[in-house]
Amino acid sequence: MTWRNPLRDPRDRRLPRIAGPCGLVLFGVTGDLSRKKLMPAIYDLANRGLLPPGFSLVGFARRDWADQDFAQIVHDSVKEHARTEFREEVWEQLSEGVRFVSGSFDDADAFERLRATVDELDAARGTDGNHAFYLAIPPGSFGTVAQRLKQHGLADAPDGSWRRVVVEKPFGHDLESARELDRALGEVFPEDSIFRIDHYLGKETVQNILAIRFANSIFDPVWNANYVDHVQITMAEDGGIGGRAGYYDGIGAARDVIQNHLLQLMALVAMEEPPAFDADSLRLEKEKLLSSIVLPRRLDLTTARGQYVGGWAGGAKVPGFLEEEGMPAGSTTESYAAVTLHVENRRWAGVPFYLRTGKRLGRRVTEVAVVFKRAPHLPFSAGSTEELTQNAIVIRVQPDEGMTLRFGSKVPGTALEIRDVSMDFAYGGSFTEASPEAYERLILDVLLGDPPLFPRHREVELSWQILDPVLEAWARKGTPDPYPAGTWGPESADAMLERDGRAWRRP
Amino acid sequence: MIELIDTTSSAIAAEFVRARTRAGSPAMGMVMTLVVVVDEDDAEAAMRVARQAAHEHPARVLGVIIGDGRGHGSVDAEVGIGAGWSGETALIRLSGEVTRHPESVVLPLLLPDSPVVAWWPTDAPEDPAADPLGALATRRITDSASATKARTLALQRQCASYTRGNTDLAWTRLTPWRALLAGALDQQHLTVTGALVGAERHNPSADLLAGWLGSRLKVQVERRATDGPGITEVELETRQGPIRLDRPDGRLATFSSPGRPDRPTALRRRDLPALLAEELRRLDEDEVYAEVAEHVLHAQKERA
Repeated sequence: MTWRNPLRDPRDRRLPRIAGPCGLVLFGVTGDLSRKKLMPAIYDLANRGLLPPGFSLVGFARRDWADQDFAQIVHDSVKEHARTEFREEVWEQLSEGVRFVSGSFDDADAFERLRATVDELDAARGTDGNHAFYLAIPPGSFGTVAQRLKQHGLADAPDGSWRRVVVEKPFGHDLESARELDRALGEVFPEDSIFRIDHYLGKETVQNILAIRFANSIFDPVWNANYVDHVQITMAEDGGIGGRAGYYDGIGAARDVIQNHLLQLMALVAMEEPPAFDADSLRLEKEKLLSSIVLPRRLDLTTARGQYVGGWAGGAKVPGFLEEEGMPAGSTTESYAAVTLHVENRRWAGVPFYLRTGKRLGRRVTEVAVVFKRAPHLPFSAGSTEELTQNAIVIRVQPDEGMTLRFGSKVPGTALEIRDVSMDFAYGGSFTEASPEAYERLILDVLLGDPPLFPRHREVELSWQILDPVLEAWARKGTPDPYPAGTWGPESADAMLERDGRAWRRP
Repeated sequence: MIELIDTTSSAIAAEFVRARTRAGSPAMGMVMTLVVVVDEDDAEAAMRVARQAAHEHPARVLGVIIGDGRGHGSVDAEVGIGAGWSGETALIRLSGEVTRHPESVVLPLLLPDSPVVAWWPTDAPEDPAADPLGALATRRITDSASATKARTLALQRQCASYTRGNTDLAWTRLTPWRALLAGALDQQHLTVTGALVGAERHNPSADLLAGWLGSRLKVQVERRATDGPGITEVELETRQGPIRLDRPDGRLATFSSPGRPDRPTALRRRDLPALLAEELRRLDEDEVYAEVAEHVLHAQKERA
């Protein structure tokens, strides 16, 4: 007979899901990701009452720290970056479970100490053998750490408990290296214990794409090639690469953003309705969509890449890509990438998807614009519809989260002049104030063992299969085209859409 | 804020539109109408709480002060759109004959189609659903803990007049306690043989918590009087030992369960804006509260 908790009732939807007893071991505690995102997210979860009593946080790094020193680091990062108010009692709950293990990734003694720490937490804090290992470290070290975890018995869960590993992008730099990474982790952890974080998928607005598409009846009938002319997916940043030249050189915009965030966004926008909203159904639909994506034949005419050159952006003087600190002279890494993709299925045949991303663009914005065909017949004079373009639904992912509907309307006071107007739904107004940071949602899902928002290795491989030919073509021929910092990318990107008789939207 | 003296609903509605246009943003992003029924003395504080909750749920907030019923009827209003928050507010004072027909003032001001919530921050009608303003609402929020008249009977009355859509902030206050207790049984599959709730003598939340444990676990729940603040302890007895939550100071609790180390758990008493915001998150019927209300009434009758 299965146990039924008498205090639970499916109708009792006030009760949040609290993770069971567990701990998180954090590798790479000194990085920006840990200090600005992970530690604050853990505190915010605790403050919202979603972490179990006894939750423990172990830091692992090559620093000569005691537990208190690490606790101080966590304390400072929480105070500075947490989303919710700092409360002494929440900190008391958290800080009792903070531990630090000093050592490098190939240091056997350190991993032996880590094992002892984890055992001590199971006894003193009741974490029950449940531990997640968060690898906030360069992917080159994944293999070493995974092997060490295995050698010291940290990867094997005692009966009735779990061990999970969490990794961040980049998941490799091409198909081959992605497979290698999977092998390294897969030798130690089973696939369902590997959680790949694409923090975009934790965003409320991205999850809302599914709500908008599948909870409404007004969008679905037009969500296909009969009505849609094309789709533009944009992720633009106004900042440069800053001090990350070492990471960025050789990676570039396409690997950094298109392979993961943009292809995942595209999958959610274009996939068929899943039979249910569980992890397997969602992934299956995403995989189906990704496997029906094909590249155009002439990659030189349907892709574009660029590098920003120094100039004025947003009123400040900024250096060019090649002048950034630590960037090797003559680097051919792109800071702007745009690609054209086709989907070979009945719903989307003939509808191009244009994906673009870049640094030092006009402003920071991520959005999906579904642009519709013009009405087949306009019973108005040509002059009166001169300023009417195409209808569009824009899903604004960040900032200013929400949705825009663009349609034609009569200009008041004229005889019959029709012009584009926008209707806005601002998520910012409705519901967001308390909306959790993406990392809160994702960390909680790791601890609960709930995988719908994490891409599986098949999705990662499919994404590389799509992107690899583009990267190879770029490596074979040519260099990135320059574009002035603070503008919307190189001329070659505009030319790429002009060839199709279209133009990029100014987001 | 624009003051309208001896006015009507349509003048108030017109002022809303004018205020939005003046602010340069004629679009409405509001998701509900929140009617706050309150006394003059508590009006300012209540409107502040409503505004804070409206950060999460942009709303048209209508404060209604029902004044002296004698003499010629008059409607006065202060109308404004929020500076620093997304919504609209009107504080409407009724006096004279119109105090017997407040719904006639509020009905024309409800936002189209969207939900209507009525909230009584202090004293609530004995049967909120039968109240003329309560009848306009799909969700009726009372707060037995802040009743000023017949305090000991307030919860009893709300339980007795329970109608689909009613809820009480005394119940909302329990969510974190209930989450921890339910979580405890998720972890250890133990059979509970008895329970105890310790709290201040007059504490509607403690009565509801005892009711919830009694109705779900089918055991006798002892109610122990302590000095507070609020609820101070909960214990579930099992054959393996007790599962306990102790919160002597109203902020940090100690969680203990059989065979496990004691663990501190943050469990602060929440403030009104947080409670109201939780209440506005779900507007469908709360069946579990309905069962608990019935259980509380039943237990009361047996004692009597």
